[in-house]
Amino acid sequence: MSLLGAAAPLPEVLPVEGASGAAWLLVALPALGALVLFVGGRRTDRWGHVLGVLTVVASFAVAVVLFVSSLALPAEERVRELALYEWFAVGALNVEFGLRIDPLSLTFALLITGVGSLIHIYSVGYMAHDPARRKFFAQLNMFVAAMLILVLGNGFVTLYLGWEGVGLASYLLIGFYTGRRSAGSAAKKAFLMNRVGDVGLALAIFLLFVELGTTQYAEVFARAGEISPGTLTAITLLLLLGACGKSGQFPLQAWLPDAMEGPTPVSALIHAATMVTAGVYLIARCNPLYDLAPVGQLVVTIIGAITLLIGAIIGCAYDDIKKVLAYSTVSQIGYMMLAVGLGPVGYAAALAHLLTHGFFKAGLFLGAGSVMHGMADETDMRRFGGLWRHMPVTFGTFTLGYLALIGFPFLSGFYTKDLIIEASLTAGPAAGWILGGAALLAAGLTAFYMTRLMLMTFFGPERWRDLHPRRIDAADLEDPPEHYHPHESAASMTVPMILLALGSAGAGAFLVGGERLAHYLEASIGPVVEPYDVPAVFYVGLVPYLATALMLVGAGVAYLVVGRRSVPVERPQRVSLPVRAARADLFANAINEKVIARPGIWLSRALVYLDNRGVDGAVNGTAALLGGTSGRLRRTQTGFVRSYALTILGGSVVLVAALLTVGGYGG
Amino acid sequence: MSALLLALLVVPLVGAAVCGAMASREHLDRAGKAVGLGFSVVSLVLVAIVWSQFRTGPGTPRFQFALSVEWIPAFGTRFSLGLDGIALTMIALLAVLVPIVLGFGWAEKLPPGRTGSGFTALMLATQGVLVGVFAATDVFLFYVLFEAMLVPMYFLIGSFGGPRRQYAAVKFFLYSFLGGLIMLASVIGLFVASDARLGQGTFDWAALQGMAAQLPLSTQIPLFLGFFVAFAIKAPLVPLHTWLPDAGAEAPVAGGVILVGLLDKVGVFGFLRYTLPLFPAASRELAPLVLVLAVIGVLYGALLAAAQTDMKRFVAYTSIAHFGYIALGIFAFTSQSIAGSSLYMINHGISTAMLFLAVGLLIRRGGTASMTEYGGVGRAAPLLAGMFLIAGLSTLSLPGTNSFVSEFLVLVGAFPTRPVFTVIATVGIVFAALYVLWVYQRVFTGPLRGAAVVGDGPGAASAATMAGTDDGGGDGSWARRTTARFGDLTRGEIAVMTPLVALILVLGFFPGPVLEVLEPAVAATMAEVGATDPVTTNPAINGVPR
Repeated sequence: MSLLGAAAPLPEVLPVEGASGAAWLLVALPALGALVLFVGGRRTDRWGHVLGVLTVVASFAVAVVLFVSSLALPAEERVRELALYEWFAVGALNVEFGLRIDPLSLTFALLITGVGSLIHIYSVGYMAHDPARRKFFAQLNMFVAAMLILVLGNGFVTLYLGWEGVGLASYLLIGFYTGRRSAGSAAKKAFLMNRVGDVGLALAIFLLFVELGTTQYAEVFARAGEISPGTLTAITLLLLLGACGKSGQFPLQAWLPDAMEGPTPVSALIHAATMVTAGVYLIARCNPLYDLAPVGQLVVTIIGAITLLIGAIIGCAYDDIKKVLAYSTVSQIGYMMLAVGLGPVGYAAALAHLLTHGFFKAGLFLGAGSVMHGMADETDMRRFGGLWRHMPVTFGTFTLGYLALIGFPFLSGFYTKDLIIEASLTAGPAAGWILGGAALLAAGLTAFYMTRLMLMTFFGPERWRDLHPRRIDAADLEDPPEHYHPHESAASMTVPMILLALGSAGAGAFLVGGERLAHYLEASIGPVVEPYDVPAVFYVGLVPYLATALMLVGAGVAYLVVGRRSVPVERPQRVSLPVRAARADLFANAINEKVIARPGIWLSRALVYLDNRGVDGAVNGTAALLGGTSGRLRRTQTGFVRSYALTILGGSVVLVAALLTVGGYGG
Repeated sequence: MSALLLALLVVPLVGAAVCGAMASREHLDRAGKAVGLGFSVVSLVLVAIVWSQFRTGPGTPRFQFALSVEWIPAFGTRFSLGLDGIALTMIALLAVLVPIVLGFGWAEKLPPGRTGSGFTALMLATQGVLVGVFAATDVFLFYVLFEAMLVPMYFLIGSFGGPRRQYAAVKFFLYSFLGGLIMLASVIGLFVASDARLGQGTFDWAALQGMAAQLPLSTQIPLFLGFFVAFAIKAPLVPLHTWLPDAGAEAPVAGGVILVGLLDKVGVFGFLRYTLPLFPAASRELAPLVLVLAVIGVLYGALLAAAQTDMKRFVAYTSIAHFGYIALGIFAFTSQSIAGSSLYMINHGISTAMLFLAVGLLIRRGGTASMTEYGGVGRAAPLLAGMFLIAGLSTLSLPGTNSFVSEFLVLVGAFPTRPVFTVIATVGIVFAALYVLWVYQRVFTGPLRGAAVVGDGPGAASAATMAGTDDGGGDGSWARRTTARFGDLTRGEIAVMTPLVALILVLGFFPGPVLEVLEPAVAATMAEVGATDPVTTNPAINGVPR
């Protein structure tokens, strides 16, 4: 699967020209917004959200200008670099801070600033009652700036800057509701699991430096062939570890559902549309390395396949609307991982799915936020029901996103997911069956859990009528009302939802039709390879029919299980073993706790004991021995002068001994 | 030129004398503090002038601003000073931090019977002696100042510290003094050897460097060990570290900043200036030993930091982890790793100072260093929480902060020569995130809780706090109170912290000017230890074990 793309020469990297020299504004605008809001503090409370929105919208405008001027260039001249300054340099190492303006980075920049703008606008209404709204916008702006550095940076070290920068923004925003203790734990968990991945990324960078003496993309990619195959495999696997951390892929997936502790716009922007797809970006960006490392590619596809199944299975069991969507995200990014691991046949498919997923998943999260907004911040779907009547716009936009996600014919997900399934069938005789089978199976599961979510939330009896809203947050909310009063959200919230819904509906057809996206991206990820042109385990033309059939089966089962029965408000406890396993995140947290956290705490406690008794005791004992009287050091009231004197005495003995020794050698 | 360097040494000492004269008069307390602050600002200006005149690039002499006068002719020791880039940056860090800690100390409550002038005098005395330690180019002068710097710090801890200050001060003194005596043996050994080899005994660094490098390995090793033990205690490397948590916890916060931020740096500075250039063969031979200790320090310090409940001890243990990285970089012998370690010395000084001061600001409010007495401080004092977080992010070397550049340079530089040690040390970045964010979570996030925050003061209801649950802090009867006992930072406190925030960010994105100053010294050290970079810009000679 790797040989197809290996022959394609990389386009030359040219310096930027003309108006594109202002590309740095793309990053600088949201960064400036964040800086003003952080430094300005309470003084900016009144207009902070306006500044936050304006900087991101302006950044989007810059991205559009850059995109248009990139389109005007011939394909082989679209890879450009804007050198800014030398960040640090010692000896052979020269880390340059610059921007790489090419189709891949511009595609991401458009997604980040476009969806980012919509979510910023949505947040103005969503966070209107939060006293810390200004802080929210400061952190959201910081996220956009860091994410843009991540995708626009022209080397692995600038990537790392953005990579950990978005990690910090994610940490702050997951922990945004500081009144909740669970938010603090979730934030810390996210940062730590990401850091495990970052170790991989860092080691990959070190290996690249050892092999090539540089960490800049242009040189690394041009000289990838100089790296020995074994080392290249190691590099690709270490990069994959980094990608797994950031993108919530197996075995580092457990932090992403917990990240739903953050405000819902954050879940939409960071934990669905953009940051969590950074791992896919990383592998797509490093395609010149992966194309030469078949083992690395194979492991990427395996991780993707495992994750897309895990996410889909667990998504079926949760009752929390945001957590179902979170596991859906885990699963959909699994699809993208699977695709980028397939090499040239999968890159464009992965990125197309990444974009359409950005639209429909962001739209679904915003819809979930709108539901929560109308339902006193409730997230338990068992307490919803029949909401379509009360929030028609939310229902309509959510339905479009839902249909796009499950791959309803001719909506976005239909095109992009099918591309991935088709590509996976070309992975080889055995791998094609396994990967393709997993991808198809998960398509059916996706339809099941999403239909279940739709039915529990928008249809059926209005279970919330007889319930009292729960006080979800001890400190951040005013007293909740006595009853639920579901209502449609304000226009500042519904307009972004409508726009995203339109994207969910049409983006797939637009991007995949005529291979528009694939052709545009050629300069970054190599020429288009059609699944139809590659040997597959069975005729790929069947995939749309198979996937649609499985989707209908999944949705039908959900209707039989959820739609035709009454949904109990209390979660049933006596459930089958698979459901229990899925509810327990397939035991990922339990394993983390037992294998890593507990032993770590024991080790740490044991070391404290050792440090106090063992090391300190031994050294104190030696000192006391030297001092002549044991315990002198502890009875310090009178100890100083005598210890001093005795130490000098003891030291002198050592001194003389040492002098004699050295004197013997000295001549 | 050299008068400037002398002024750098003398100005703080004169300031110390003036403040010391005012120390016993309580009515002159404010005046004494103001005079001291004035002297420290003059030092800062002087350092800025020296920095602006410091020449960089290839072909610069090993030491600039050099000065040498006869001192004790009987055994050939001279009063010789000079600056290389590493010494200059350390002195500059000192000049930046002293006014900041004096500003911090302005509003600090002192133990009964102690005056602010006395405190200021000791701080300035420490500064003066430390300038001498970094600038000395005569080995005997270095030894004398190395021991002398213990004296003001001993009194800082012993007179102005916490409840167990006497124990901590004596422990600090004995450890350091003992190390110094062992070093003295080596210093004299060098003299003896130079007498034999050069026909005339000398303590001159440059002369000894030329001579000692020629010594057989069997002679270099014992001499190396004498210096090494002294520096390893000072740095400190595990297992010689146990004095630091005690000293750090019992020292007054401002003293702790200078102790951990600068005084300890003399240890790693000593590795760079003395052990590597004077004993190159022994340094190369024994590097694995040092690296083992360094990597143990990285993980051991981090795990112990995570387990601390006293915030000052916490800061001390994080430093032990960071000194492990610095030692790793020094003994990996590449220009990236040594430049990284030299830069790390400065960055760690800045971030630890800020972490220590943030802890100090919290203690000033809550009255205790025990984490279990705090909770949800971010709600009562968001700016303080932000300051702690920025310092913490620098401590965990987040890119964009100063520490990232140095830690990255250490690791990327050490990887080609020492891949196994580097991989283990890289895993340490996860632990760094763990200990910083865990403390932040326990103390600053969540609902207001803890005796020091909403109770009747520290320890007032420690029983209830002990019963507290998952992440520290209790849920006693006061837990429902919505107002804290204290408020956010004052203007003065913000003014003290702001320069550190600025340094963390500016050095995070623009470390170039500092690296430029360090580079000639790094190149010289590499040449003196006889090492060459395994990774060069010419890929054909990248001889790397695959």
